[in-house]
Amino acid sequence: MRDFFTLSVLVATLASAIRLAVPYLLAALGETIGQRSGVLNLGVDGVMLLSAFGAYYTVLETGSHSLGILVGLLIGLAMGVVYGVVTVFLHAQQGISGIGIFLFGLGFSDLLFQELVGTPRPIPSLPKLAKLPGLGGLFERLEDITYIGEAFFSHNLMTYLAFLLVPAVTWLLGNTTFGLNVRAVGENPQAADSLGVSVARTRFFAILIGNSLAGLAGATLSLQLGIFQHNLTNGLGFIAVALVYFGAWRSKWVMAGAMLYGIVTATRLQWQARDIIPSSASDIAAMTPAIITILALVLLASRVRGPAALTRPFTRH
Amino acid sequence: MKRLLGVSVPLGAALLAFVFGGLMILALGENPIEGFRAIIDGAFGTGDRLAATAVRATPLLLVGAGITIAFRASVINIGGEGQIIAGALLSTAVALWIPDTPKIILLPLVILAGLVGGGVWGAIPGVLKAYASVNEILSTIMLNIVAVQLMNYLLRGPMIDPIEVNGSRIPQTERLTDNAALPTLIAGTRFHLGVIIAIGAAIIVYIILWRTPLGFRLRAVGHNPDAARSAGISVERNIVTALGLSGALSGLAGVTLVFGSESLRMVTDGGSAGFTGSAGYNGIVAALFGALHPLWTIPSSFLFGALLTGATQLQRVLQIPAAMAVALNGLIVLFVVSSGRARTWLDNRLKDGAADIESATEAMGEGAA
Repeated sequence: MRDFFTLSVLVATLASAIRLAVPYLLAALGETIGQRSGVLNLGVDGVMLLSAFGAYYTVLETGSHSLGILVGLLIGLAMGVVYGVVTVFLHAQQGISGIGIFLFGLGFSDLLFQELVGTPRPIPSLPKLAKLPGLGGLFERLEDITYIGEAFFSHNLMTYLAFLLVPAVTWLLGNTTFGLNVRAVGENPQAADSLGVSVARTRFFAILIGNSLAGLAGATLSLQLGIFQHNLTNGLGFIAVALVYFGAWRSKWVMAGAMLYGIVTATRLQWQARDIIPSSASDIAAMTPAIITILALVLLASRVRGPAALTRPFTRH
Repeated sequence: MKRLLGVSVPLGAALLAFVFGGLMILALGENPIEGFRAIIDGAFGTGDRLAATAVRATPLLLVGAGITIAFRASVINIGGEGQIIAGALLSTAVALWIPDTPKIILLPLVILAGLVGGGVWGAIPGVLKAYASVNEILSTIMLNIVAVQLMNYLLRGPMIDPIEVNGSRIPQTERLTDNAALPTLIAGTRFHLGVIIAIGAAIIVYIILWRTPLGFRLRAVGHNPDAARSAGISVERNIVTALGLSGALSGLAGVTLVFGSESLRMVTDGGSAGFTGSAGYNGIVAALFGALHPLWTIPSSFLFGALLTGATQLQRVLQIPAAMAVALNGLIVLFVVSSGRARTWLDNRLKDGAADIESATEAMGEGAA
C-alpha cells in the first residue's frame, strides 16, 4: 500500500484516470443534451460499439486516426437519425427503443468484427498531442514539467476535446437560441410549440448531437485501447446514461461523475498491477462506482428535478 | 378488424426483420434462402435440435413472463441480467452448501433460492423507486453491474472450484451435485424440467394478472396510478411487488441456466452475457413480441429460442457469425415499438380519420388486452 502513495504513482494514476474518463464524459455530455430536450437514449452503449468498431476498422485499413474518429462520428450521426425517427416521429417508447438500439449495436458490431477482422489485431493507439505536428511542440515542452506535465499534458487530442466540451455544452444549453429551445421542449413542449418552436426539429437535432458524441466516445475508446473485441464497452454506455442523472443534467457535475469512474478504475488497475489487492478484491472495488451512483441517485432524486418532459413523446393537440 | 391489426404488428415486425436478415446474409455474400434453411434446420431439424431450442427459450420465457408483470404495472425492468445472476448465485450457493440433501428436498430449495435471489435483486429498485423516487431504469442497470462484479468476485474467490485454486484459476464452481440438477425429461436430449417450469410460470403469471385481486391492483397501478391511489390501492407496495415478482422469475431463469446445463456448474467470463447469453435483454424482446401477454410470450420465446439456436447452425454451415441473431433482435424491438404509432395511424385511417391518437406506449400495452 505504501508504494501506491508516492507522488509519481499518484500522478500516473491521475493521468490514467483522466484518460479513462474520456469515453464516459463524451457519451454522457451527448446524453445530457438529448435528455435536456426530453429524450432518453438508452442505446448509447450500442452506438458506442458500432462507432468503436468503425473507427478501429478504419485505422486498421488506412492507418489514419483522424479518419477513424471521423468514421466514428458519422456512425454516431447515422444512428442518431435512426433513433430520432423512431422516438421523435414514430413516438416509440424511449426506454425500450434504446434497448433495441443497444442489441442491434451489440450484435452488428460483433458480426462485422467477426466477418471483416476475425481474430483481434492491435492497431496503433491514439498518439499524445505532443507527438502531433503544430501544437505538439508546445505540449512537448509542457510535458517535461515535473508531475504536472505527466498528469495534464501527456494526453491525446480527444482528451482535451472532451474536457473542452464541458464548458462548450454549458454555453450551448445556456446561451444560445438552440440551447434555449432544447430546454424549452424538454420542460414544456406544449408551451414551446405555441411559441413557434418546432418540438420535433429541436429534439431531432439534440438527438443528432447526442449520438454524434456517443460516436466520438466509442471511437475514442477503441483507438485509446488500440483494439476491438466483442462487447468492448462492457456497459460503459449505460453508465454514461446514469452519469447524466448523477450530474443532475449539468455538464460540470456530469464531468465530476465521469472523473469518479476514471479515478476508481485507474486506482483499481494500479492496485492490481502493484499487487496491493488480490484480483478478487478488485472485483469488489469495481462495484463501488455503481453503488456510489445508486446512493447518489437516492440522495438526489428528491432534491433535483430532471427535465419535466423527459421520455414523453410530444403530440400537438 | 381491430383484432386483426393487433396481430399485424408483431407479424409485420417479424416480416421486416426477416427481410433485413435476408439482406444481411446477401451482403455477406451468401444465399438468403440457404441461410434461412440453415436457421430452420438448426432450430427444428432433429429432435435434438428441437430440444435445444426449447432449452434456449426457457430463460427467455421466464424473463419475458416477468417483464409482462413489470410493464403491465408500468415499471420498466432492464435489470433482467442482474436478477438472473443473483438468482443463479443464491441457488448455486445452496447447492454447494448442502450437496448431500436428497433430491426431493434439495431441488425445490434450489428453485426457491433462485426465486428469492432474483426477487430481492428486483425488489431493491422497486423500493428505491417507490420510496425514494429513483428511476428504475437507472437503478436496474446499476444493479446489473453490481451483480456481474459480485459473480466475478464469488466465482474467482469463495465459490471457486477447489481444483481451480491451484490450477488455471478458471472462474467457475465445481460440478454441482446431481441432486440439484433439473431432471432430463426426454432421454438423449437436453430437454429438462426447466422448460415445463417456465411454461407453467407463464400460465401462472397470466392467472395472477387477470384472475386475482393482486393482478388487478398491479394493472390498475400501471394504467393510472392516481386513480388507483384514490381507489385505496397502495401504489408504492405494488411497484415493489411488480419488480420483485419480475425479478423472481428472472432469478428462476438463472436456476435453469445453471441446473439445466450440461456442465452443471456456474461459470463467468467476466461479463454478464457470458453467463446469461443476454437472456435478460432477449427476454424483453420476447415479451414485447408477445404483445406483453404472458401466454403469447410462450410461442414468442420459442421463436426467439429458435432464432438463437438456428443462428449457431447458420455459423456452422455458411460461416455467418451467430451474432446476427442479436442484431436482428435489436431490429425487431425497434420495429415493434415504432409500429404502435403506425398501427394507430392505420387504425384511424380505417375509422376514416377519427382523431384519437394515443401514445405508442398505450397502444403497445393494449395490444393484447
